[in-house]
Amino acid sequence: MHEMAIAQGILDITLDNAAQSDAKKVITIKLLVGQMTEVEPEAMRFCFSALAEGTIAAKAELKIKIVPLVVYCQDCGRKFVIERYRFLCSACGSANVKIISGRELQVEYLEVD
Amino acid sequence: MEIQVMENILSKNDKIAAEINAIFSSHGIFVLNLLGSPGSGKTSLLEQTIMTLKGDIRMAVIEGDLFTSKDADRIARYGVPVVQINTSGGCHLDATMVKGVLDKLALATLDLIIIENVGNLICPAEFNIGEDVKAMVLSITEGEDKPLKYPLMFKQASIAVLNKIDLLPYTSFDMAAATEDILSINPKIGLVVASCRSGEGLNGWYEWIKQQVINKKAGRIGCK
Repeated sequence: MHEMAIAQGILDITLDNAAQSDAKKVITIKLLVGQMTEVEPEAMRFCFSALAEGTIAAKAELKIKIVPLVVYCQDCGRKFVIERYRFLCSACGSANVKIISGRELQVEYLEVD
Repeated sequence: MEIQVMENILSKNDKIAAEINAIFSSHGIFVLNLLGSPGSGKTSLLEQTIMTLKGDIRMAVIEGDLFTSKDADRIARYGVPVVQINTSGGCHLDATMVKGVLDKLALATLDLIIIENVGNLICPAEFNIGEDVKAMVLSITEGEDKPLKYPLMFKQASIAVLNKIDLLPYTSFDMAAATEDILSINPKIGLVVASCRSGEGLNGWYEWIKQQVINKKAGRIGCK
């Protein structure tokens, strides 16, 4: 259940940033979660709500955007979405592909009062 | 009011992991994060590795476990330094936990540290703990569907040991399908097909470790 550790990370970042802006209440937390992370959104929401109790983020809504798994072929230059975790270039067959997106675990922005 | 943040949720952990890796690197120690399900054979692989390599390589083990010291007790019998980390229910080691035991290891006397992570195919893959590379054990009794069900683990590992091949005649494990799936997730992964019970097939694993230790000493594996 690593969602608890991740939820703690989200709460730390949220409270730090909210304090810097003298916010009284956090309304929304927008998250970017890559397709190739092993995060279960509902488990993360549950953990977050438990941890955030009693803080200014207690009622915050977690808005989660799932970022697709996209790679770049360093041999032929093609950019493509990975399906079924097949990390071979769909054009030239090369294994020399680099992940561009899909591994994100980021707090993108907060809406606060 | 909107506050732009754009901060990585695991950045605190990654920062500590980088600090630990720099400490290991300053001593030229190659550090392996050993991953796999409960019962896959991580501790058995460690036992075989210690018996085979302890004459040539100065090594220590960090054992991650939820509550017990059963694995650390097993390892201690082989006469290498072993440090226990209990996660008290936590499903993975994190960088802070490893940082907390650094002073229990005589770093100046070591070439290799193997950190046996908590048995789990999911959570440990997300957390760097100061290692140079991740290695994993998958036993054939777990089934060939595991790579596609837990792809991140296979993507993050530099080498995978397919363990318990002595049991192949008693299972329906499809070696060709497993190998194809693992290599499509991670075309650069090293694959070792072995039995940690009999020791069969482990030479490739030993040679790989020896080469990594040499590379680390020569400064060819950089800090992450």
